[in-house]
Amino acid sequence: MSPTFTLDGKEVPFREGQTIIQAAHAAGQWIPHLCYHPEFKPHGSCKLCTVTVNGRHMASCTTQAAAGQVVESDTEALNGERRTLLQMLFVEGNHFCPSCEKSGDCKLQATAYDLGMMTPHFDHFYPCRPVDASHPEILLDFNRCILCSLCVRASRDVDGKSVFALSGRGIGTKLVVNAASGRLADTDVAMDDKAIAVCPVGVILKKRRGFAVPIGERTYDKAPISATEE
Amino acid sequence: MSEPAKRKLRVATTSLAGCFGCHMSFLDIDEHLFELIELIEFDRSPLTDIKEVGECDLGIIEGGLCNAENVHILREFRARCRKLVAIGACAVNGGLPAQRNHLKLTEILEEVYHTSPGIAQGLIPNDPELPLPLNKVHPLHEVVKIDWFIPGCPPSGEAIWKALTDIVAGRDPQLGFGLLRYD
Ligand code: SF4
Ligand code: SF4
Ligand code: FES
Repeated sequence: MSPTFTLDGKEVPFREGQTIIQAAHAAGQWIPHLCYHPEFKPHGSCKLCTVTVNGRHMASCTTQAAAGQVVESDTEALNGERRTLLQMLFVEGNHFCPSCEKSGDCKLQATAYDLGMMTPHFDHFYPCRPVDASHPEILLDFNRCILCSLCVRASRDVDGKSVFALSGRGIGTKLVVNAASGRLADTDVAMDDKAIAVCPVGVILKKRRGFAVPIGERTYDKAPISATEE
Repeated sequence: MSEPAKRKLRVATTSLAGCFGCHMSFLDIDEHLFELIELIEFDRSPLTDIKEVGECDLGIIEGGLCNAENVHILREFRARCRKLVAIGACAVNGGLPAQRNHLKLTEILEEVYHTSPGIAQGLIPNDPELPLPLNKVHPLHEVVKIDWFIPGCPPSGEAIWKALTDIVAGRDPQLGFGLLRYD
């Protein structure tokens, strides 16, 4: 019999080496997350997946499951903290959903819906982040980057290229591409790279594909993200 | 002794730096308007054409703040309305008008009135009647306290109806799946 921990009072079985979020999702219990992706090594940066383990706050994507842990996730307190994290992500970038090609398919937006975020609450930074439209097929709209590093990990670990990297520290952190010119067109990025498909928000976009799916038929029009993902 | 008739909520509405889309969507509550009018009465609003906002229970504001007049009206609403609702993307996060925020106002005016093609010897409008534009567009909550938010561009008629019925019943408005939208 596999060992178990409890998540919001329910027994969750796990295999040795699994993280709390992996075991929870395998058992059909949803924990909100943004920088976690089942196909990549965890990054532990967005903190949306924070749960309490025996009363202590831990990122469930970087914490290994252990027998007997008492894990809480879907509580008003933790969901309130998650809403605050989301609000900070919204005001740090420029998120104008009505004019974003990713709207309806965006994990940041869908997670904010799921957690009932009615307002970004904080003062907006309105940062100036020019787009990179140099590549003939791919647009980079940095205004929406949440620095989740999924494209960095996908390019490095799956595509074997390192087209993308996070540079700088703290609030100065930004996404850069691997070319002396700083332009995507001068990298070895390719349309079928995993890195192009993995962005959870509307930064890495294939050109001339925007708004192809009508409102009402997009991924998260049909069901909330907590019911859509494994 | 007969029960006193329940007083109707007095409601003011306005559109600041918005497109009137939220007001149009408000009219999309269709036949609910008949139920609503049993519960509320309008003060200043594009629907009544009253120019000055009076003492109100609720102020519903569409659009963000792009000029000095917007700020003045918002402050009047805050002073006279017990509760304020920001309705729509522009009121909530600045929306489309705020997409000018990374550009300098002088450069925008130059381009629109001087250098863009098709304009010969254009002048930047300077009539003293015109409200001065703000350097940046701001959502409402950055200037006054906003009690409730109804996001959406515009929020659907159903979302507006749900939020209004919550408010009239004395609850904080909650929009569940399908009603809570930012686009
Ligand atoms: S990336 Fe997502 S949250 Fe940001 S503007 Fe686009 S749809 Fe909205
Ligand atoms: S571009 Fe997308 S995938 Fe890459 S770090 Fe930014 S949000 Fe994450
Ligand atoms: S999903 Fe765990 S920290 Fe981002």
